[in-house]
Amino acid sequence: MMESGPLTGPVPTDGTADASHPRSAEPTGVPAKPNPAANGEIAGTFWRRFTFRRPLAALILQRLGLSVGLLFAVSLMIFGGIEALPGDFATTYLGQSATPQAVENIRKDLGLDKPWTERYVSWLGGAIQGDFGTSWASKNSVGEQISKRLGNSLFLAFFAALISVPLAVGLGMLAVQFRNRLPDKIINVISLAAISLPEFFVGYLLIMFFAVKFGIATFPATVYDSMSFTERLSAIALPVATLVLVVLAHMMRMTRAAILNVMSSAYVETAELKGLSMFRIIARHAAPNAVAPVINVIALNLAYLVVGVVVVEVVFVYPGMGQYMVDAVTVRDMPVVQACGLIFAAFYIFLNMAADILAIIANPRLRHPR
Amino acid sequence: MPELLSVKNLKIEATSYPPGEPPKVVTLVEGVSFDVAKGKVLGLIGESGAGKSTIGLSALAYGRGGVRITGGQVLLEGQDILTLEKNGIRSIRGARVCYVAQSAAAAFNPAHRLGDQVIEASLRHGIMSREEAKKRALYLFRVLGLPNPETFGDRYPHQVSGGQLQRAMTAMALCPNPELIVFDEPTTALDVTTQIDVLAAIKHAIEETHTAALYITHDLAVVAQISDDIMVLRHGKTVEYGTTKQVIEAPREDYTRALVSVRQTKRDEATDQTGAQLKIEHISAGYANGFKVLHDVSMHLPKGQTLAIVGESGSGKSTLARVITGLLPPTEGRISFEGKELPRALKGRSNDELRRIQMIYQMADTAMNPRQTVRDIVGRPLSFYFGMRGQKKTERVKELLDQIEMGSRFLDRYPAELSGGQKQRVAIARALAAKPELILCDEPTSALDPLVAEGILNLLLKLQEETAVSYVFITHDIAIVRAIADSVAVMHRGRLVRFGPKSKVLSPPFDDYTDLLLKSVPEMEIGWLERVLKTRRMESAGN
Amino acid sequence: MNLRSIPLSAWIGIAGIAIAIFCAVFAPLIAPFGERDVVGDIWLPAGGDFLLGTDNLGRDLLSRLIYGARTTIFVALAATVLSFSLGMLLSFTAAVVGGFTDQLFSRFNDLMMAIPTLIFALVVLAVLPQHLWILILVMAVLDSTRVFRIGRAVALDVAVMEFVEAARLRGEGSLWIIFREILPNTLSPLLAEFGLRFAFSILFLSTLSFLGLGIQPPAADWGGMVKDNKDGIIFGISAALIPGAAIATLAICVNLVVDWLMKRTSSLKGGRGDA
Repeated sequence: MMESGPLTGPVPTDGTADASHPRSAEPTGVPAKPNPAANGEIAGTFWRRFTFRRPLAALILQRLGLSVGLLFAVSLMIFGGIEALPGDFATTYLGQSATPQAVENIRKDLGLDKPWTERYVSWLGGAIQGDFGTSWASKNSVGEQISKRLGNSLFLAFFAALISVPLAVGLGMLAVQFRNRLPDKIINVISLAAISLPEFFVGYLLIMFFAVKFGIATFPATVYDSMSFTERLSAIALPVATLVLVVLAHMMRMTRAAILNVMSSAYVETAELKGLSMFRIIARHAAPNAVAPVINVIALNLAYLVVGVVVVEVVFVYPGMGQYMVDAVTVRDMPVVQACGLIFAAFYIFLNMAADILAIIANPRLRHPR
Repeated sequence: MPELLSVKNLKIEATSYPPGEPPKVVTLVEGVSFDVAKGKVLGLIGESGAGKSTIGLSALAYGRGGVRITGGQVLLEGQDILTLEKNGIRSIRGARVCYVAQSAAAAFNPAHRLGDQVIEASLRHGIMSREEAKKRALYLFRVLGLPNPETFGDRYPHQVSGGQLQRAMTAMALCPNPELIVFDEPTTALDVTTQIDVLAAIKHAIEETHTAALYITHDLAVVAQISDDIMVLRHGKTVEYGTTKQVIEAPREDYTRALVSVRQTKRDEATDQTGAQLKIEHISAGYANGFKVLHDVSMHLPKGQTLAIVGESGSGKSTLARVITGLLPPTEGRISFEGKELPRALKGRSNDELRRIQMIYQMADTAMNPRQTVRDIVGRPLSFYFGMRGQKKTERVKELLDQIEMGSRFLDRYPAELSGGQKQRVAIARALAAKPELILCDEPTSALDPLVAEGILNLLLKLQEETAVSYVFITHDIAIVRAIADSVAVMHRGRLVRFGPKSKVLSPPFDDYTDLLLKSVPEMEIGWLERVLKTRRMESAGN
Repeated sequence: MNLRSIPLSAWIGIAGIAIAIFCAVFAPLIAPFGERDVVGDIWLPAGGDFLLGTDNLGRDLLSRLIYGARTTIFVALAATVLSFSLGMLLSFTAAVVGGFTDQLFSRFNDLMMAIPTLIFALVVLAVLPQHLWILILVMAVLDSTRVFRIGRAVALDVAVMEFVEAARLRGEGSLWIIFREILPNTLSPLLAEFGLRFAFSILFLSTLSFLGLGIQPPAADWGGMVKDNKDGIIFGISAALIPGAAIATLAICVNLVVDWLMKRTSSLKGGRGDA
């Protein structure tokens, strides 16, 4: 049902770049290493020369192109893939007892009688402009609903990130500092336990204690338009805490591994053998090289956060994208499901792309080509 | 007056964590003592695992990973640096004692410019001002013969070549004007033709600056060019310790003697080199990305003889072996075996064609499945090619083990339970099991102790006599070529530079590259480096 | 392998998994009441006849927890085994065959992984009819993308080793190379990965059930039990937390074992490098 075509297609350069290009270079590797002996054999196409002269720009362009292609392929999959699966929407929509005539009418109403390619093109065209059609269940505009709820979800994710990122990086550095000693081992065991906790368990645990037993937090975490900023903040306190707990352990473990990797490198040993102070070694020799992998870790975990939002919103009855999507799935409201799926995937792809590009930019080999 | 560096009865231990067993303490170095006087060079020589790097780092009171110095003294001008607290050690490292690592490519921080890294220690220890340090760096870049010394420091590590990085690392060590430098195999990762320049640069710089040095290497011929004294190490213990002249010219111990006169194996080349069991005609090959590795290479090998292919890394010699085996189909040219053209790709070849050409690898460790016993490893070709099984197969495996001088008690051992030399012997037995007519040997001895390597070479020669098998022997070691080859092919940057009978290829008149290659191979002779450099200078003056 | 070298944490993990499996296998024998029997008032507190109290319909919570172990472990295990077989088969094929096949599989896998697993599952389950086997299949297919990625990396690591090349040069077929040369050398990391996938499957299944898209009532499963009893939370009734804790405990136990397996693998690698 899906070819890898769109994956490799749209590289925003020239037509001569052949299809294998966006994948030919490793994400963080050095592109097309020119060997003096082979100089004569490098084909003189524009793209190759560009890759050679501006490897950084070329790689970033490749990543961007790849992500656009990926998003396009995902949209095709979310729309076309669903078409290919068994089950008839009209029957779903009306229930099993519907008469054939009613089914026929509703198919026409929903536009299901047209070929799916035609419907896909009009759906995608609308989606790009923010028009996702009409909900089958509520008959409301999907785009309108989403614009409201997306803001709520981002509000939640933003504060979760704001707290968890510094905390995770700090704890990760602490674990490195006390490597293989008690604080490190405690952090290891706790984080191992934390990655095993389902989001909803953490959520209800927090509700049980902070909202029900102590009464210092609000539940459910409903927000509405007339709320002031501080009211909103207090409403999202528990969901944010849940998200932080869920994402923190992952991020911290990965940060620890990334820093340890840098600290065990030969150039850190060189710095140590130069008799430099620990502070200087970390600040001058380890940090510049650790920044890239740590940023990468953060971006990847933010992508994870986007998904974590779904469950947390359901637990806290928070009016965001996740709850909207879950409700739509339960009643099989396909336009909503498709729209939410596409938006979640877009965020996920975007954050992964950001992680890739940051890693490329941070690589001195690419920033200062020969 | 105390010596500059005096190491007394050093003992170094490490903890190893074998899987499924409680941790074990291993002694890496024991009872090692030596002295280095001001401005003198001591060579530490030994195979990998002899503990020489560990000893070198002890001069900076440093242990890598879980390595601990547990006994003895390291006296720097009479002061035991092992008893110093943290700050005391820091004030020595990078100021009075500096270190040059084997892989400068990994030892330089990729995020900073070379110049900044070179002068960093001098500034941090307050030895000189930034201006002075920059001036000294420039001076050192000149002394070390680096290109464009004025701007060299502005580059990033990945922007310069391996040989230049190694010299930059030497500059970094020399910059703070230390009393002692520890060189840890500074030329091992380099090609021979590059090694000689770096070696000369290091020697020149040490002499210019009157710095003392510990020079660590596994190559006795290299250390003979640069050191005043030599200590030979094996398994963490001293084998022999004396002046360079004494160790090279009158070694006292058997082990040293073996190191000095590495190749006792000698074989005259076959007189008749007319036939061609293997014929390589106009082969060109490259990788899928369009990068061409071999350009129009032709050579041939008569039955029962040995063809040595010599070259540095990147010369295409291993690629040629891959082309012969069919792993990398050539883009042009043809290969024939026993008068019949071989299908280009592995897939097109019949089992019998595959059987007749076998291969032995450099690293016997990775060439054998660690989860199979010797019986399985050697037995598989027997059942695969000849359908042998049961008792008959076991008998044949035993015969083969006898042939490689190992015996049937090794039948049920795993590769991990064998020594390096034994592993290589099992690999040879596996090749022999197929009753091959040609064996491709890809540097089969370069990872081995010289004594063990000698044994493997002798075994290969013996087997050639017994079974009339031919060898294509890939190596970078001219001494081995002299020892075993009938004909020689010299390769450089994917092209065949020279091909013919050994006696012709290795005697003048030479082409430029073969000349450079032969002259760059260090010889076990004091003063060789000066002699070669003199002739080189004369040549370039003549140009 | 030496039993004494297994650390305490791994023993705790193994014990936890063993208890859960024991409950799952002998559920009808050890459960005091039936899975679906209403035996008392709703949300009775723990103690007395009902060790853990009753649920939102008055069913015995302990009995449902024991039966729930059965469903949760069975479905999660089935999905993991299936995803593992699928992922391994495809990844090893890709690594050994290489070339176009590898490209095709890998690019398609990238595409599948570009959509977050949960979102993908929500979209797909919105369309498909609700059957147990469909649930298992969806979980397996989605999870197999992760298995494919790691399987391919591990297999490629081994496939470039010279003993595999030696087998190729001998003329061995792909099946021999996969099963005799590569697989035995990848067992350790793959075992760890299997544990990791199993832990993930438990959490994933529980999440789906909690969202109402996993196991359908009245069958007991831990995630679904949290959903059933979640409304009690605001009244201070902890019935929803008990199955939640069960999920967390089982996942922690699996992760403890995985952690030990991974350390063991890495020290194996280190051992080889030192030699």
